[in-house]
Amino acid sequence: MNAVIKPAPMPLWMVAELTYRCPLHCAFCSNPVDFAKVESELSTEEWFRVFAEARALGAVQLGLTGGEPLSRPDLELLVAEAHRLGFYTNLITSGVGLNETRMRALKDAGLDHVQLSFQDSTRELNDFLSSTRTFDLKRRVATLIKGHGFPMVMNCVIHRLNIDHVDRIIDLALEIGAEYLELANTQFYGWADLNRAQLLPTREQLERSEAVVAGYRQRIGKQLRILYVISDLYETRPKRCMNGWGTTFMVIAPDGLVMPCHAARMLPGIDLPSARDASLQQIWRDSPAFNRFRGDQWMPEPCRSCPEKTKDLGGCRCQAFLLTGDIGATDPVCDKSALHGRVLQIVNGPRPVAANIERPLVFRTPENSRQLIADTADTAQP
Amino acid sequence: MNDPSPLPRSSYPRIAPLYRFQWEAAQNAYVLLFPEGMVQLNVAAGEILRRCDGKRSADQIIADLRIAFESDAIDADVEAFLRSATNDGWVEWRDGVAP
Repeated sequence: MNAVIKPAPMPLWMVAELTYRCPLHCAFCSNPVDFAKVESELSTEEWFRVFAEARALGAVQLGLTGGEPLSRPDLELLVAEAHRLGFYTNLITSGVGLNETRMRALKDAGLDHVQLSFQDSTRELNDFLSSTRTFDLKRRVATLIKGHGFPMVMNCVIHRLNIDHVDRIIDLALEIGAEYLELANTQFYGWADLNRAQLLPTREQLERSEAVVAGYRQRIGKQLRILYVISDLYETRPKRCMNGWGTTFMVIAPDGLVMPCHAARMLPGIDLPSARDASLQQIWRDSPAFNRFRGDQWMPEPCRSCPEKTKDLGGCRCQAFLLTGDIGATDPVCDKSALHGRVLQIVNGPRPVAANIERPLVFRTPENSRQLIADTADTAQP
Repeated sequence: MNDPSPLPRSSYPRIAPLYRFQWEAAQNAYVLLFPEGMVQLNVAAGEILRRCDGKRSADQIIADLRIAFESDAIDADVEAFLRSATNDGWVEWRDGVAP
C-alpha cells in the first residue's frame, strides 16, 4: 500500500473573465461564439466573494481577462481586493482603454504584471485581424506599462496570416522592452475554429517560424524569454488539457459559470456550475463537471492501457469533441487514436489559396455572435 | 554573475523586481511568483530567499542560516543555491544596503 497520500488538486491558477465586452473583434478569439447570450455580469461584490473563496482554496495566480477587462469600470477595485487577498495579479489586455490615469490607479491598487496583446508587427495586419485601428495605441500603451515599472508580457496569437512575420514580431517585443514574448499558435476553439481554414498555418510555415525563433533565442539570450507554442494539430501527442482537467485551473466566466477551461462552455453534457449558486469549494471538490475527467477512470482505449496516459491525461476534451463529436474520446491529435486521420486531413488537406479572399474571416462581434446563435437555433428546430 | 566567479559575499542579494516571494499556507511552502508562473520552494530554498531582503549581505545570511539549521557545513550549499538563483534571475545583487 502506498503510504503517500496524493494531495488534493488545488486551483492554483484562476482566470477571471470579467466581461465579454471587447473593443477588438479578433477572428481567433477563444471566447465562446455565443458570448452575446451572456448578459448579466458578476457584480463587484460577487467578484470579491469569488476571489476570497478561490484564495481560500489555494489559488495564487489571478488572470484578469475578458473580453477586455478594462471595459469594467471597477477593474481597479477588483485588482485592489485581489492584491489584498495575496493574489499575484495579471492583467491580460488589448491595451484599449489604458491611459495614464488608469495605469497609475492600477499600480496603486497593487497590480503585478501586464500582458499586452498585439495581433501583428505591422499596423496593417494588426488592425485588419482585430478589425480595429489599434496598432499605434498599443505601442503607446507599451511605453506606459514600462514607464510604470511593470513586468510586461507581449502576447501575439500566431496563425497563417502573420506566422511569416515572426522575426518582426520578436523585434517589436525587443523594441518595446517586454520581458516575455508569448507566440501562441492559434488553438482552434471558439472563433478560431470557425476560421480554421484561413488561420491554420502550413507545415512549411511552421517549420520556418520554429527555425527563426530558435535563431533569435540563441542570439538575444535572457533579455527576452520567448515562449513558442505550436498548434496541437501539428503534434502526434496531445497536450494535457489545462495541465489536467480540474487539477490546476479554474476559469470564471463573466456570468459566474465556473469552468475547468476557457472553452468548456461548448461541451455538451457538462452541466457547468455557477459561482452564484454554490461556493467555489463545493464546485471545485464536488461538482460533476470538475470531477468528470479527473483521474483515468473515464478514459477509453487506447488511453486506458497507454503508458503515456499519466503524461498527457488523454489530451484536450474540447479538441476531442470538436474533431470527433465525443467529449470522452481520446484526443485525436494522438497518433494512437483511431481518428488521428481527421487531424491529418485538416493539416494536409486543401486550403484556400489566398487566405482572406475565398471565404471571409468571421470577426468576433456581438452581431456575428447573435447571428451564430440564431443559426444554431434554426438548425435545432425539428 | 557567471558560474565560476566567486560569490560576492559582502554584497547584498535581494529578490529581483520581476518576482514576488511569499508564504502560501495552502501549499505549506514559500513560493516565487512571476508573470503567469510560480515556483514552489523547498524548505532550504525558502529559508535562504526569505533572508534575501537587500538588507543583509550574503555573509550575514550564511551566518544566520548556520544558526537556523544548526550546522557549520552549509556554506557551499547556500552559495550554490544563490548562484543558480542569480542565474535564473530570481536574485539580484547590490554592493550596499538597498534603499
